[in-house]
Amino acid sequence: MSKSKKWYSLDLGFNRKKESSGSCGCGKTSGGCQSHEKEMSDEAYLEAAVTASIGEEVKKDGFEQVFDVKMDRRTAFKKLTASLLIGAGAVSTSCSVVSGDDTKEKAQIDWEEQFKGNYKLMTDNEKSATVERLMRSYELRTGKNISMTSENAKEDVLFGYAFNISKCQGYMDCVNACIEENNQDRNSEMQYIRIHEMKDGKGLKFDESDDNYYHEVPAEGHFYMGTQCFHCDNPPCVEVCPVQATWREDDGLVVIDYDWCVGCRYCMAACPYDGRRFNWSKPEVPEKEINKNQHYLGNRMRKKGVMEKCTFCVQRSRKGQNPACVEACPTGARIFGNLLDPNSTIRWVLENKKVFRLKEDLGTEPKFWYFMD
Amino acid sequence: MRRLQVLKSLVFDSLDTITKGSRRYNLWMGFLTFVMLVGMYCYSIQLEHGLSVTGMSDRVSWGLYISNFTFLVGVAAAAVMLVMPTYVLHDIDFKQAVLIGEGLAVAALIMCLAFVVADMGGPSVLWHMIPGIGVFNFPNSMLTWDVIVLNGYLFLNISIPFYILFRHYQGKESKSKVYVPGAILSVFWAVAIHLVTAFLYQGLQARPFWNNALLGPRFLASAFAAGPALIILVLAIIRRFTEFKIEDKTIKKIAMVVTVAAQINLIMLVSELFKEFYAPTHHSESAYYLFFGLHGKNALLPWIWTAIPLNVLATVMLTFHKLRNNLNVLYFCCFILFIAIWIEKGFGLIVPGFIPGPYGKIEEYMPTGVEIGVTLGIWALGAFVFTILAKTAIGIELGHLRYKKK
Repeated sequence: MSKSKKWYSLDLGFNRKKESSGSCGCGKTSGGCQSHEKEMSDEAYLEAAVTASIGEEVKKDGFEQVFDVKMDRRTAFKKLTASLLIGAGAVSTSCSVVSGDDTKEKAQIDWEEQFKGNYKLMTDNEKSATVERLMRSYELRTGKNISMTSENAKEDVLFGYAFNISKCQGYMDCVNACIEENNQDRNSEMQYIRIHEMKDGKGLKFDESDDNYYHEVPAEGHFYMGTQCFHCDNPPCVEVCPVQATWREDDGLVVIDYDWCVGCRYCMAACPYDGRRFNWSKPEVPEKEINKNQHYLGNRMRKKGVMEKCTFCVQRSRKGQNPACVEACPTGARIFGNLLDPNSTIRWVLENKKVFRLKEDLGTEPKFWYFMD
Repeated sequence: MRRLQVLKSLVFDSLDTITKGSRRYNLWMGFLTFVMLVGMYCYSIQLEHGLSVTGMSDRVSWGLYISNFTFLVGVAAAAVMLVMPTYVLHDIDFKQAVLIGEGLAVAALIMCLAFVVADMGGPSVLWHMIPGIGVFNFPNSMLTWDVIVLNGYLFLNISIPFYILFRHYQGKESKSKVYVPGAILSVFWAVAIHLVTAFLYQGLQARPFWNNALLGPRFLASAFAAGPALIILVLAIIRRFTEFKIEDKTIKKIAMVVTVAAQINLIMLVSELFKEFYAPTHHSESAYYLFFGLHGKNALLPWIWTAIPLNVLATVMLTFHKLRNNLNVLYFCCFILFIAIWIEKGFGLIVPGFIPGPYGKIEEYMPTGVEIGVTLGIWALGAFVFTILAKTAIGIELGHLRYKKK
């Protein structure tokens, strides 16, 4: 990013000076090479910067984030009262002689889940610990197994999305695939994707479009355009969250820790793209329709009173698959890929098509482009 | 040790005062308790079923709760209009009023916090927001600024009157060296709480209706009109039903504050309307929706067209000295001004911010019974807290409550 600019701009890696280990002639193991030393100091600098900005929390997390801090008597009391209120029930169950082992284990898990830290600040060990607990808890409750991962962002990956307005016919297969893939609440009919049906010859008139149609498509004299979370590179929703329950991952995905969200909905007010959804009541998915391949930040089961949104199917994209909407689209209107890979389709689209983004004047730098054939 | 004894005695004495009173007082407190219980019942429904029992939706995600919160921050901030002349400028006229004003600020802040908690999807994980235990996104999120300024203001407004009353309770004069620095601080702090609350909305580029530089100043002007208007009404009631003496001079001076603030508020309203309607853009659609309805959707019209005439009428009437100096006319003006600003700054500000939505979709908002029940409950809570504070303060100030006076 050029420093002279007053506003944020998206870095697609064109200006990035990369220090790959292969480029160094002296090999990986030796310490004498200058570039290695520089790399180290960069890392040290980053660490110092992180420590300065979020303090010690970066190294301690989960339980430790809450309990393993230097505290004086006052903070200790504060913590005790807070935990007592919520934990009293759980403790009485876990200490009870009468209840069975399963009940005790359940109570133990509930207790640890209630007081775990923010996923964003967890170490890899703590991430897998909470994922283990969540899987075990599901097993204890339903007797069925799910597979959940806490896979981190890969290096040199920045996800981007392109939407071909000429191709989309409004079939809404993407919407259905998204609902099934991401275990969205069936009762409230939550949908991350909205397909806007627009009249030909009127341009992009969103306010005259219909995003809730129930007729045969493609309708005569109309064209279709989909919106969802655009995974902005400068996301306003992340700035406003009072508890850092939502953040931008290194691969560009804007994600939410459902267990850390307090449900104030400030992010929803801050999003210019209608990208966020709230669980107004307890989300329900029939047991046999649940997608059991889950990611902590993606399609795992949510609870009532928390935010959720499109994650570009983090559970799929981090495994190298396309998001469900891309795979389901029968017309090929949806293109997904790694913006940092010069050979990816998305890069070809960005370089060869006349692409545009919505509300670019807001400086949010969405990673979601539209184009026409 | 002695102080603790005095404190203990003060607590017992005030408990004694607030539990005894005239028949009218008992009825009033009984009524408030009943409304609070109804509110709690409504809240229990909300806790069980989630926020789906409210009228809010993904399209209009803030409603009655946040509207009331915004308005009450202004009421709380208004206490400063009494604090400044009394403590900083040494204008004795206000001395009687200022304790009442600060009590009102405390009650308003408690209501603010209650409204925010009622609006939360996960009240059981609110500890995530406590600095130290949770993760506090300071300074990026304006909401964290708001948490800090509101709690700080609450602390100031509890501690200053408490110190003064605690001294008076022992029959001593309060030392101005102790409380004046706090009072001066609270003057700046009051401006801060309201400006920060305005920035909460003003800083969202996604909502053009709020994203406007006049929002903060307009918040201040309307707050300094509605808040003191409420104080005048409260003083009128206290004057009528207790022995606490409040002179006409005091009320008239506060009325002056209300008048000037209401005039400034009206000028800003004109400026806003001019900008929205002289050269309308896409960004004026929310204002069109608010004032004239959009595509046949016009749920807010009755509200705003009640508020605007009331606002204009009150301001015009207050402007004439003759009318303003007639206390009964003044009370009437204060009442309609209070209602007008409550509508304008609550419903008239929060709801149109979401309508039309980011892609022009218009989905209207109507609060449900449960939502209204919780809201009334919280207002009753505020009135309850204020009555307790005022009764104790008046008891001490009148000398009925004294340490070791049995």
